[in-house]
Amino acid sequence: MKYLLLLYDNEDAWDVMEDSKKSEIFGAYMAYTEALRKAEAYYAGDPLVHSRDGKRVRVSGVQDGPFADGKEQLGGYYMIEADDLDEALDWAARCPCASYGYVEVRPVWNIGG
Amino acid sequence: MSDARAVAEETARASYGRLLAWLSARTRDVAAAEDALADAFRAALEHWPEKGVPDAPEAWLLTAARRKLIDRSRRARTQADSAPALVLAAEEAEAAMRADETFPDERLKLLFICAHPAIDPAIRSPLMLQTVMGLDAGRIASAFLVSPAAMSGRLVRAKRKIKAARIPFEPPPAGALHSRLAAVLEAIYTAFGAGWDDPEDAGAGDLTREAIFLARLITELAPDAAEGWGLLALMLHADARKPARRENGAYVPLAEQNIERWDREKIAAAEAALTKAWRLGDAGPYQIEAAIQSAHNAGRLSGRDTREDVAMLYKKLVELSPSIGAQVGYAAALANSANTEKALTVLDGVDLTRVEKYQSYWAVRAHVLKALGFHAEAVDAYDRAIGLTEDMPTRRFLIEKKAALKN
Repeated sequence: MKYLLLLYDNEDAWDVMEDSKKSEIFGAYMAYTEALRKAEAYYAGDPLVHSRDGKRVRVSGVQDGPFADGKEQLGGYYMIEADDLDEALDWAARCPCASYGYVEVRPVWNIGG
Repeated sequence: MSDARAVAEETARASYGRLLAWLSARTRDVAAAEDALADAFRAALEHWPEKGVPDAPEAWLLTAARRKLIDRSRRARTQADSAPALVLAAEEAEAAMRADETFPDERLKLLFICAHPAIDPAIRSPLMLQTVMGLDAGRIASAFLVSPAAMSGRLVRAKRKIKAARIPFEPPPAGALHSRLAAVLEAIYTAFGAGWDDPEDAGAGDLTREAIFLARLITELAPDAAEGWGLLALMLHADARKPARRENGAYVPLAEQNIERWDREKIAAAEAALTKAWRLGDAGPYQIEAAIQSAHNAGRLSGRDTREDVAMLYKKLVELSPSIGAQVGYAAALANSANTEKALTVLDGVDLTRVEKYQSYWAVRAHVLKALGFHAEAVDAYDRAIGLTEDMPTRRFLIEKKAALKN
């Protein structure tokens, strides 16, 4: 089954983070991605740029980011393969984001294979 | 936690488990017995820490529970089929207590039920924590990294199965005792592991305490089971080091831990339990694992080099129970006792498909490859370990090790 991991964190913290810390976290993500690949659980994954550069579109108009939904913003995603929700939760817990933000796990609705 | 609160909670737990076991054994309806006791148990946890533990804690709980039962059956809201049997069982228990008989402890039967072959192994440990220890499903769920709703559902299904399959509340037949006891111990150790893997003490950390309580219970109710003593010794030894394994949020390996922060009382209790185990003359994997922990601790406490002992004990453990964990432990012990080539051979012998998600394998492999001078391979192995790590301190520790390799 496919699962989407949505990575939420405090993106403003990134703006003021020391470079050494940034590269540590970057390295952790590289390693995590590699672990997913080696376990043949990886479909895709990317970080997102700051939500201030995001837009929200409705028929009634377009809203500029950042979006005032709270301190934590969507900052990245992974699409993974897991046998069941338990396994997906295990992968989510290993995601570096789970240590400083949170990871939302959403089963992907499989329409017509 | 204050002492009074700790004593009250411990007594409430013990009484709760005893009563639940008694009521379940007589009605075979664990869920209905839980329902009957839930409010009484909550009230006990509320009142006892302040007002003190009553002289007869089981009688207190039982009276409170029986009132609720009668109250509810009047309103016909309880599961009708089990209610009369529950009231009967409660009355029987009260009569026994009034006659000043010792209240029979049936928790061992309940533990055997929880780890019965008909029950899914993955739910055994949660089931014990809920029924024997009275832990709520939400807390169990977070410790086992399962959603609370899913955990509740699984626990309900397991209890339904106990009832529907009429799993007998009897000690296992003599021929099956060994394997059935092993299943009970495994479930207890799983609970300990769930608590141990929560180094940031996000709430599951207390499960180590619950698991130790359960292992103690086994040694009281089945004192002739050497492996029960072995498991108790193993967990006490590891738990004694718990306060020292993090400092300022950083991971501290055993060899560098501040031994002043080790719990000496727990270590002494572990040694006593292990001695009891050996005297029974029935060696098993838990006793050997306990001996390994004992050698680790003794090595630091006495300054004596016990690394060879540890490697030898691991070798025995692998022979006795060749689990992935034992093999990885053996490799780590070999590497620590200057036998690095052999450590790599052991690691190479492990089926790779079984360690795709096993962090320790990659951490040890990285360490061994680095010691042998295979730096590029070591970097890859560190990456695998880092990618599989759940907690920040360990991840940071490994990232630093990897960085040191590149420089």
